[in-house]
Amino acid sequence: MSTDTLVMPPSTKPIESLDEVTVRFAGDSGDGMQLAGMQFTNSTVIFGNDISTFPDYPAEIRAPAGTLAGVSGFQVNFSSHEVHTPGDAVHTLIAFNPAALKANIADVRQGGIVIANEDSFGKTDLKKAGYEVNPLEDGTLSGKYQLYRVPIGKLTGNALKDSGLGAKDIDRCKNFFALGLVYWLYGRPMETTLKWIDEKFGKNPQVCEANKTVLKSGYFYGETCEIFPSSYKVPKAKLPAGKYRRISGNEAAALGCIAAAQIAGKDLFYASYPITPASDILHTLAKYKNFRVKTFQAEDEIAAMASAIGGAFAGDIAVTGTSGPGLALKGEGIGLAVMTELPVVIIDVQRGGPSTGLPTKTEQADLLQAVLGRNGECPLCVIAASSPSDCFHAAIEAVRIATKFMVPVILLTDGYIANGEEPWLLPDIKSLPKIEIKHPTGGNGHPFHPYERNEMLARPWAIPGTKGLEHRIGGLEKQDITGNVSYDPENHERMIHLRAKKVATIAQDIPLQTVMGPEKGDLLVIGWGGTAGAIRSAVERVQAQGHKVAAAHLRYMNPFPRNLGEILKNYKKVLVPELNMGQLRMLLRANFLVDAIGYNKIKGKPFLIAELEMKIQELLATFLETSQG
Amino acid sequence: MAIEALPQLTPKDFASDQDIRWCPGCGDYSILAQTKKIMPDLGIPREKIVFVSGIGCSSRFPYYMSTYGFHSIHGRAPAVATGVKVANPELSVWVATGDGDGLSIGGNHLVHVIRRNLDIKILLFNNRIYGLTKGQYSPTSELGKKTKSTPMGSVDNPLHPLSIAIGAEGSFVARSMDVNVKHLGEILTRAAHHKGTAFIEIYQNCNVFNDGAWEHVSNRETKDDTTLFLEHGKPMIFGKNRDKGIRLNGKMEPEVVQLGNGIKEDDLLFHDEKAAEPSLAFMLSRMRYPEFPEPMGVLRAVDAPLFEKGVHDQMKAAEAKNGRGTLEQLLNSGDTWVVQ
Repeated sequence: MSTDTLVMPPSTKPIESLDEVTVRFAGDSGDGMQLAGMQFTNSTVIFGNDISTFPDYPAEIRAPAGTLAGVSGFQVNFSSHEVHTPGDAVHTLIAFNPAALKANIADVRQGGIVIANEDSFGKTDLKKAGYEVNPLEDGTLSGKYQLYRVPIGKLTGNALKDSGLGAKDIDRCKNFFALGLVYWLYGRPMETTLKWIDEKFGKNPQVCEANKTVLKSGYFYGETCEIFPSSYKVPKAKLPAGKYRRISGNEAAALGCIAAAQIAGKDLFYASYPITPASDILHTLAKYKNFRVKTFQAEDEIAAMASAIGGAFAGDIAVTGTSGPGLALKGEGIGLAVMTELPVVIIDVQRGGPSTGLPTKTEQADLLQAVLGRNGECPLCVIAASSPSDCFHAAIEAVRIATKFMVPVILLTDGYIANGEEPWLLPDIKSLPKIEIKHPTGGNGHPFHPYERNEMLARPWAIPGTKGLEHRIGGLEKQDITGNVSYDPENHERMIHLRAKKVATIAQDIPLQTVMGPEKGDLLVIGWGGTAGAIRSAVERVQAQGHKVAAAHLRYMNPFPRNLGEILKNYKKVLVPELNMGQLRMLLRANFLVDAIGYNKIKGKPFLIAELEMKIQELLATFLETSQG
Repeated sequence: MAIEALPQLTPKDFASDQDIRWCPGCGDYSILAQTKKIMPDLGIPREKIVFVSGIGCSSRFPYYMSTYGFHSIHGRAPAVATGVKVANPELSVWVATGDGDGLSIGGNHLVHVIRRNLDIKILLFNNRIYGLTKGQYSPTSELGKKTKSTPMGSVDNPLHPLSIAIGAEGSFVARSMDVNVKHLGEILTRAAHHKGTAFIEIYQNCNVFNDGAWEHVSNRETKDDTTLFLEHGKPMIFGKNRDKGIRLNGKMEPEVVQLGNGIKEDDLLFHDEKAAEPSLAFMLSRMRYPEFPEPMGVLRAVDAPLFEKGVHDQMKAAEAKNGRGTLEQLLNSGDTWVVQ
């Protein structure tokens, strides 16, 4: 349905066409920046651009207003071609206050647009942000950027002066003014947001009307006000045909778990203790109870792990989700799952560490904890997701491996892909992997041996309720085959090797590693997890410059794909960019004796394409010059 | 339609083929024997029974039962049991734990499983000592207790399992003793029939590291005067000659009184295990020798909603409202759009 309010008059101002744009909304954590960013994202994907988003917010729900600590940002990169990251440099920054300006201005490209909410640049505001003089007036910005001072607060107030709302409620609408203005600036349709406002505030007509009024006021302000010389358009992207939805990594992981359970024809048991940035998996799953999903908010991380083990023992697809500190607490339980050889999936949405670290910031520093962080010889399968939508497929793969091999599997994602969003081409159901689970049935009269193994070394998954298969398992060392408690030294060594061999056998069941680019060459850039988009984009740029550079991105962290060692030998140098101190590099060096070079960033932020590109070029220059000279 | 009659099982049918490795003379043998003894009469097929435990002497329990069993890690049995019961509410789930496992390292899980009121049975073997680690004091050891880790005596104030269970809103809270096999069997049976978390503290003697810890309530000569056997609806009378009782004084505190001299049975407290208000049950949980006889039996047995039923009821309600979800629907949930 279309009403006249939705039809925008043709713009009378010049429209410039752009290929790719990055917009960042920044303000206080109470200013509604995440909401504005999400709405902009929704309208943009539905318009038909490819997008990638990056919400960046403080750990405190309401840090002191106006301070740098309280700045919340939401970045959207949208394009007429495919994008793989939320963008390097910001084209348009919407700064709601001096703190937001200060925290974000360095990321704005030269000549980029800065829209500042002039009303929030009073003396006190400036002081809170640590400005001695007003940056809007001292000329520091106007030379480098297109600075637009917009009295967003006042204009919102004017638009709502007859609304009957109080000053506080009016003030809360100002994010919609900014959103409307940016909609105009980039020629976005407002329908999606108007519809959303109706759904969200329908029960409160006054607030509903006010938000709609303010959104449109922002739009028309852009159109009629003389300050902007032009608006911009970013044509639709040529995305593969099909049905899409917008998805974040946490939502995708949740849907992947449900899909895996559906494919396996089993119930999903998800146990979790709230922890940033993993809680959204629990929130999402709790909405899908009609899909045979049981969610359990446990009393702590340890209980979440232990109950998942209990759920797996009883025959459910059992998953627990957490972040780094929680993974540490789950360690003993994961060891129990290794010993009892039960299929449990542990999702670790990595965040900045150590200890409580940076709860809302991204990092890849749990790799070694995942691969090695338990007592005893305790190998397990570790896989990593590379993008928001890839969390869906990675979750299914984790369940597939766990149930096929009767092992716990750790799935690593990170705060960046967990909260980031992208359009997702819905997969064809037929293309999803098969998960076939056969529980043994009793009744053959022979004693049941819970640790007898099949050709993949997997033990039978006999579940309580099955007559004739009553058995006892636990954390004490198991006697081979019978599963009885055993302190026999020979048996212990045999079992250590069996458990290791079983995990190693998974390498026979996973795809070979692929590379993007030449099969042999000067440089291999190898990464894992959420850095995929940035590495791929940077390598593509360097390849376009004529260099023999390839990229390999790992999903399987343990065991590694069986051809990985060969691949590493095909390049003169190996570069390993990671958001940690070099954890994959350590594993590659240890496993393959390769002199891998690290490029490490530990700032709680994802890689920029440009910095990776520069590093690759620098590295190439060092040894190509030498070999040529 | 013919219904296949369940074969009548005997206690022996519940014994596993594993050698029992508790020390000779350990109180655990009696608890195991009584558990095996009551099992046949419950009418639950062996394959539907799961024993879960943590770490400690008591936690070896599942290995000695021929049911399904899970010997998990220290303190976590209630959490593992929660997963089992939520995954399959039709299973009869039992937890064997001890004073260290259940109240120290696993105290958190114990409190939460009780307040959630899952339909599981928790047997807490209280021997007031760490046995498997060879004799350190436990959370129930008395002040001043000299052990390997407290050569000058413990300065740790002990806690009391029944008070914890009642404080955690336990719907069934009881106490029994390893040496009183008849009573133990009765209490285990009652726990089994309770719908909800049944918590039983079992006084258990560790004859190696803490022998005689319960002598004051188990000694044949004195036990009638040091224990109070609770019966629902009956006055609280105890003593060799059944001539002593418990009543509330003017300050609403319990006191021991001698019957006679104008004090009649009607003046005593009458036990009401079904009282919705748990204050009297809590008061009973705090009565200790030598000031008081120690209560034995069911302190509290009330109806309360089951956690696992709540979980499954919500799933059913969601299905009734939206239909059983399919993969197709899953992928099409949320706002979708089509690119031509």
